[in-house]
Amino acid sequence: MPVLHWIRRNLIVIAGLLTLAYMILPNIVVMVFSFNKPNGRFNYEWQRFSLDAWKDPCGVADLCGSLSLSLQIAFWATLGATVLGTMVAFALVRYRFRARGAISSLIFLPMAMPEVVMAASLLTLFLNMGAQLGFWTVLIAHIMFCLSFVVTAVKARVMSMDPKLEEAARDLYAGPVQTFVRVTLPIAAPGIAAGAMLAFALSFDDFIITNFNAGSTVTFPMFVWGSAQRGTPVQINVIGTAMFIIAVMVVLVGQVIASRRKNNAQS
Amino acid sequence: MSLTEAPPAPPSQPEEPQRPKLRKPSTRKRLVPYWLLLPGILWLLVFFALPLVYQASTSVQTGSLEQGFEVTWHFQTYVDALRDYYPQFIRSLLYAGTATILCLLLGYPLAYLIAFKAGRWRNLVLVLVIAPFFTSFLIRTLAWKTILADGGAVVDVLNTLHVLDVTSWLGWTESNRVLATPMAVVCGLTYNFLPFMILPLYTSLERIDGRLHEAAGDLYATPATTFRKVTLPLSMPGVVSGTLLTFIPASGDYVNAELLGSTDTKMVGSVIQSQFLRVLDYPTAAALSFILMAVVLLAVTFYIRRSGTEDLV
Amino acid sequence: MTQQQQTAGGDVRLAGISKTYGSFTAVQPLDLTVPQGSFFALLGASGCGKTTTLRMIAGLEEATTGTVFLGGKDITDLPPYKRPVNTVFQSYALFPHLDITENVAFGLRRRGIKSVKKQVDDMLELVQLGDFAHRKPHQLSGGQQQRVAVARALINHPQVLLLDEPLGALDLKLRRQMQLELKRIQTEVGITFVHVTHDQEEAMTMADTVAVMNGGRVEQLGAPADLYENPRTTFVANFLGTSNLIEGEIVSTGGDLVVAAGGGKLTLPRERCSAPTTSGGRLLLGIRPEKISLAHADDADDIAAGRNRVTGRITDSSFIGVSTQYVVESPAGTALQVYEQNIERDTRLLPGAEVVLHWNPAHTFGLDAAQDIDAGATSVEDAE
Repeated sequence: MPVLHWIRRNLIVIAGLLTLAYMILPNIVVMVFSFNKPNGRFNYEWQRFSLDAWKDPCGVADLCGSLSLSLQIAFWATLGATVLGTMVAFALVRYRFRARGAISSLIFLPMAMPEVVMAASLLTLFLNMGAQLGFWTVLIAHIMFCLSFVVTAVKARVMSMDPKLEEAARDLYAGPVQTFVRVTLPIAAPGIAAGAMLAFALSFDDFIITNFNAGSTVTFPMFVWGSAQRGTPVQINVIGTAMFIIAVMVVLVGQVIASRRKNNAQS
Repeated sequence: MSLTEAPPAPPSQPEEPQRPKLRKPSTRKRLVPYWLLLPGILWLLVFFALPLVYQASTSVQTGSLEQGFEVTWHFQTYVDALRDYYPQFIRSLLYAGTATILCLLLGYPLAYLIAFKAGRWRNLVLVLVIAPFFTSFLIRTLAWKTILADGGAVVDVLNTLHVLDVTSWLGWTESNRVLATPMAVVCGLTYNFLPFMILPLYTSLERIDGRLHEAAGDLYATPATTFRKVTLPLSMPGVVSGTLLTFIPASGDYVNAELLGSTDTKMVGSVIQSQFLRVLDYPTAAALSFILMAVVLLAVTFYIRRSGTEDLV
Repeated sequence: MTQQQQTAGGDVRLAGISKTYGSFTAVQPLDLTVPQGSFFALLGASGCGKTTTLRMIAGLEEATTGTVFLGGKDITDLPPYKRPVNTVFQSYALFPHLDITENVAFGLRRRGIKSVKKQVDDMLELVQLGDFAHRKPHQLSGGQQQRVAVARALINHPQVLLLDEPLGALDLKLRRQMQLELKRIQTEVGITFVHVTHDQEEAMTMADTVAVMNGGRVEQLGAPADLYENPRTTFVANFLGTSNLIEGEIVSTGGDLVVAAGGGKLTLPRERCSAPTTSGGRLLLGIRPEKISLAHADDADDIAAGRNRVTGRITDSSFIGVSTQYVVESPAGTALQVYEQNIERDTRLLPGAEVVLHWNPAHTFGLDAAQDIDAGATSVEDAE
């Protein structure tokens, strides 16, 4: 049978597309339900179309406050983790030093640790030190778990970088600072950017560690968590959809610019 | 040009007495890596390693919140914790393991598709794989409540096909609902950690030279044999890191169990969380968390040894 | 011609310079002078210390002992960015994030020169890359990248240009072309070139002076023709071209040296022997394959008197166009190489044929028999 034959030949493509559908489906649901007008407090069942939530995304108490707090924490956590992680990555790739193995393990372990373990133990530390839980404890925690991911991303890039390029710069009258700014940094930039983006995403979306160490401070994921108990406003779907669209747009625009630059350079 | 006729003095006769002036790299230079490492490593030592020490100590303390806790080397806490909560432990490992296998089965075809079949659609598909990340995973997990809702399209279809009869007989679902059953939790875990499986798989598949497939075909391998003997072995690093990146976070997760499950599907993460944040029984919470860490680290170490991929670090 | 008069003013002088990594000595204490304006080649197999020596001149490697002088000034402790020396790196090390113009302008800009356009344009013209100014390095072919690397270094008017295997990544034909190109540029700008290579043909084609390095020392130094005709060690004899080395015993030291080898007697001029010449001493006789003539055994009587002769049997022959290469087995050596020009081919010279090898004694050189007879004989490709 030709149909069966076709299915057999394209089995992998069909299976892959089904997986993709599985991954995209919740996003579509989130998007569709951002136009819902639910009857009760929970936005789980479709009632009727409405633009109310889109017209007033901050119309729910504390929602936009928590969103702004999450963005701030993500920004500072990204900055901190990227700077510290880049330094560690350079040291690991470019230098020989003692205790190398131990340091590599220390970098790897946070990634091999269930989040709840790190969350609970960090809270133990803060309780023992009598630290005030809030913005700063969350920021400290986020820098901690983002650090390893930044190191991994930057390390991969720096490892593939030819050390001769820096020698060439020094040979061409660039001092240590000039060499770093003019050559090392621009070439390592894609790795650093990848690490920073990963850190931002991890920090912005983190729930478990934040939930343990935030005290009474409420980040956006914590707001969503709380609303799952109290009632889910349509506005969270609006925020979720908006973020999704913005992210896809940014990626697509980036792609277009990159491919256009490539075309220009070749012509 | 008279250069060729007058070669400089042969090297065997130094022009002047040798001055053996030994140079050593300066101390400042040798310290550079340590300065680079210092802030990051200090951060991890203080906020990652030290907390683990504190937690270890907490786990052997006794006392109460009012009177304070004291180290009494009370190892009984571990025994009690295991006795009271072993179902949650086993459930966690079972759910996380199942979700990991499902992620591998679902993720491999998609990673393969992106690496070898997508052609000019490759970047678009990659974006679609990563894009869900940008919507908070909690919001997306809540969407599964809608998708799997009682009387929803998914449940209807499964009911009509009598799938639910089978799964409820196996204890995975109830006879007429999916939400608040183990299947819903595993489905959520699988969904949430799929990208962590697909990206490493894709990275290792993409590195495979397409000509290897042709070479295998040239050497009398059928497509299936080519996959088994060439593609799969070469993608093993991706399989290993993908399964680790899926299993480790899934084993400690409590979000899916809380949002999509019921009291019968609680995982160990939920217990740790409620002991810590609600019951305020710190020693038990610390002991549970330590056991989870030990189990996961042992499993990971054993797995990495077995698969012989130790260059992940 | 801007070739400057030879003065000590711009010479590179290395005094007792050495480099050790832990217990491994990459370069033995070395004294070397590169005269200003010369094209100087450091030749050797990989790991012989030639690149390390170059990097010590550039300042990229700190010398363990010794001093580097440039034009009489001690520059040993200057960092690379303060030395008036530039390098063309192996595999070029072009900055991938900058276009060709910015790559070439890099050194000028770092020295605070603002208006670089004219200089860059002129330099790109010199290396014939004027049309590629705004491409990125990865959009250029290997040969073009190589010329950018040269331009990027030369634009700074260094006192010395260091070239680290600059042609290693190119295919054979392009390599030959670039050799001539580099030679042309050197003649045009008159800057001292120090060129590191493992390709003996490249060193001999391009350089005025060649230093053959082995095991961290300079084995011999001289003009290419001089090195080729008068090798002083077996390493040089084998590494530069091919040599037939025949072991023998000195039987007469009156006038020319007479050596008993392989059952016969061979003579060589006394001044061409770098070994001690006492009667009864052992000696290695060297003769280049192209200097030998080949006669069929039946024609042995036609060979002129006074020539060195060795009898043997052809074991192998290969026709390579301009010449035919024979391998001959004889009492003097099991695999003597002979290259015959393909002018009038003797059809009897086939494997198995009995032959007489004969050559002018003046072409024979003598080496100390205490050395390893096969030193430097492994091909360069094997050593890589």
